[in-house]
Amino acid sequence: MEILVCVKRVPDSAENEIEMNAEGNDIERDDLVFSVNEWDNYAVEEAIQIVDKVGGSVTVVTVGDDESDEVLRREMAMGAAKGILLNDDAFEGSDAKGVATILKGCVAKGNYDLVLTGAQADEGGAAVGGMLAAMLDYPYASLVNKVELGEGKLTVSREIEGGNQEMNSIDLPCVLSIQTGINEPRYVGIRGIRQVSGVEIPELSAADLGVDAATVGEAGVKAKKVDYFVPESGDGAEMLEGSDSEIIAKLIEILKANGGLQ
Amino acid sequence: MAQVFAYLVHNDGVLDDSAMELVVAAKAVGDDVTAIVTGSGIDAVADAAAQIFPKVIKVDDAALAYPNAEVVRKALVTIIPKGSVVLFANNTFAMDCAPGLSIKMDAAYVSDIIGLEADGTTLKTIRQEFGGEVNTHVDVDAADGAVVTLRPGTFAPDESKAAGGSVEAAAAGDMSAKRTFIEIVEPEAGDVDITKADLLVSIGRGIEEEDNIEIAHELAKAMGAGAEVSCSRPIVDAKWLEPSRQVGTSGCTVKPKVYMACGISGSFQHMGGIKGGFVIAINKNENAPIFQVANVGIVADILEFIPELTEALGDL
Ligand SMILES: Cc1cc2nc3c(=O)[nH]c(=O)nc-3n(C[C@H](O)[C@H](O)[C@H](O)COP(=O)(O)OP(=O)(O)OC[C@H]3O[C@@H](n4cnc5c(N)ncnc54)[C@H](O)[C@@H]3O)c2cc1C
Repeated sequence: MEILVCVKRVPDSAENEIEMNAEGNDIERDDLVFSVNEWDNYAVEEAIQIVDKVGGSVTVVTVGDDESDEVLRREMAMGAAKGILLNDDAFEGSDAKGVATILKGCVAKGNYDLVLTGAQADEGGAAVGGMLAAMLDYPYASLVNKVELGEGKLTVSREIEGGNQEMNSIDLPCVLSIQTGINEPRYVGIRGIRQVSGVEIPELSAADLGVDAATVGEAGVKAKKVDYFVPESGDGAEMLEGSDSEIIAKLIEILKANGGLQ
Repeated sequence: MAQVFAYLVHNDGVLDDSAMELVVAAKAVGDDVTAIVTGSGIDAVADAAAQIFPKVIKVDDAALAYPNAEVVRKALVTIIPKGSVVLFANNTFAMDCAPGLSIKMDAAYVSDIIGLEADGTTLKTIRQEFGGEVNTHVDVDAADGAVVTLRPGTFAPDESKAAGGSVEAAAAGDMSAKRTFIEIVEPEAGDVDITKADLLVSIGRGIEEEDNIEIAHELAKAMGAGAEVSCSRPIVDAKWLEPSRQVGTSGCTVKPKVYMACGISGSFQHMGGIKGGFVIAINKNENAPIFQVANVGIVADILEFIPELTEALGDL
């Protein structure tokens, strides 16, 4: 099975304290630490496990710039055979639809049976996979937390509300968005990354992909981010302050008052 | 503004409460507001929708008995005129259906919004980023239509049920699909039932390592018989605790007397599983979004604070 996994370089939420910039219209981006989107590691792991079972190969692709190279190599160190970087000035500022349009160009240049994305990335839009599938006229399932292989089709479980699983049969080729917890993504060490450091990563532009520059990048954006702001905290929590022992004494009173301690 | 449609979900013949919020959102967008319900044998659901919406379109077809996003999308593309604004409550169905619908309608798309106003053909929306640490204003050009998913709780629901709306039936059209629904598998029961606990010591990614989970168990033990350990999703994803201990939209819904969130940021999917009770948040980041919604907050490192609290309780 030939599998394409779409990945993204994102600010690492565990490593950054998000602060507003001096102008107060954007977050401070200078010192952000980046890594691969959490969901994408699960997607790549799932792809590798499928290929281990039935053969074929895994390709990872990202829409990004030179800095995305490290993300592709990290996923290649997990076991993806190939990486592709989709990079063009015209792609800058693309929204989900723009990214899906670019990825569609990449899918068309390959011969993939299965396309995987993470269920969502840093902006929480959860849109690229579903849009890409609709553009390709492939069937789609989101929030997939189990994949079983069949003849020309897959049985996939979608994680829906309340821990319930929605079982579906889906024809190949298809697009799946992968939910965290589907597997345990393998660890990648420095050594693994070093091993793939020499592998060439082809770079494709809008022209290579046959993508009309007017449909991507900022030109194609219909939902425009105007600015960032810190939400008003509403009533907010009553913050307990003082020394540790004072805080603990207050907390125990609160626990008792609310029936949390018998 | 163009026509506004709201897609309503229902379970076991009962209309989801989100309908009462969607009608408020739809009226914030435009005056010409219609609800759409799809399914098989859904007269009662359509009638319930007509108490909330002035107009209801009912698509009754055996192929829609289960809301398979692919077939529902086909029905919506058939029924909804291009250029319309379509609203969904943000849930796992919307995540499945709405992005593709926006492509098929050639409309703008914005998901999981927490604020919405119309200004000419622009939708002025608000979204969260970075787990709620910051918000963004997003202006959506809806001149050629828009597909919008709304986070539950954004608008106060209209519970009057006094719309006295009309119900009109529409044909679904071609219902062939490349994806077919098989069945729903319910979660297995775990060794503990956190939904019955009076007090939950709930841990999140701030617990950092599997070995540290022991400090949460010790605290729960020190708190007495009604206390249990629950957690956020990353703890279950890492297989450190069983799924039956997960609180949130894709886990359990709990209503303890006291919920102690330790090292949990306060994502809406997590908070969506807490239905009542007094919420105490302990987090080392003073800007953690959970402090916006908790009753009481403590800025502390849980790896130090939890053992101290356990010890203090032992001394009582
Ligand atoms: C469809 C879908 C369904 C989902 N369903 C659920 C669900 O049911 N339940 C759920 O929980 N999530 C769910 N999620 C995931 C959710 O979006 C969040 O990613 C998740 O809740 C974050 O968990 P967290 O707060 O533990 O981790 P994080 O967001 O990483 O927060 C960790 C917090 O710990 C603090 N911290 C770190 N170290 C310490 C320390 N030593 N002491 C004190 N504080 C510390 C940090 O400041 C931070 O605020 C779902 C996501 C999707 C897409």
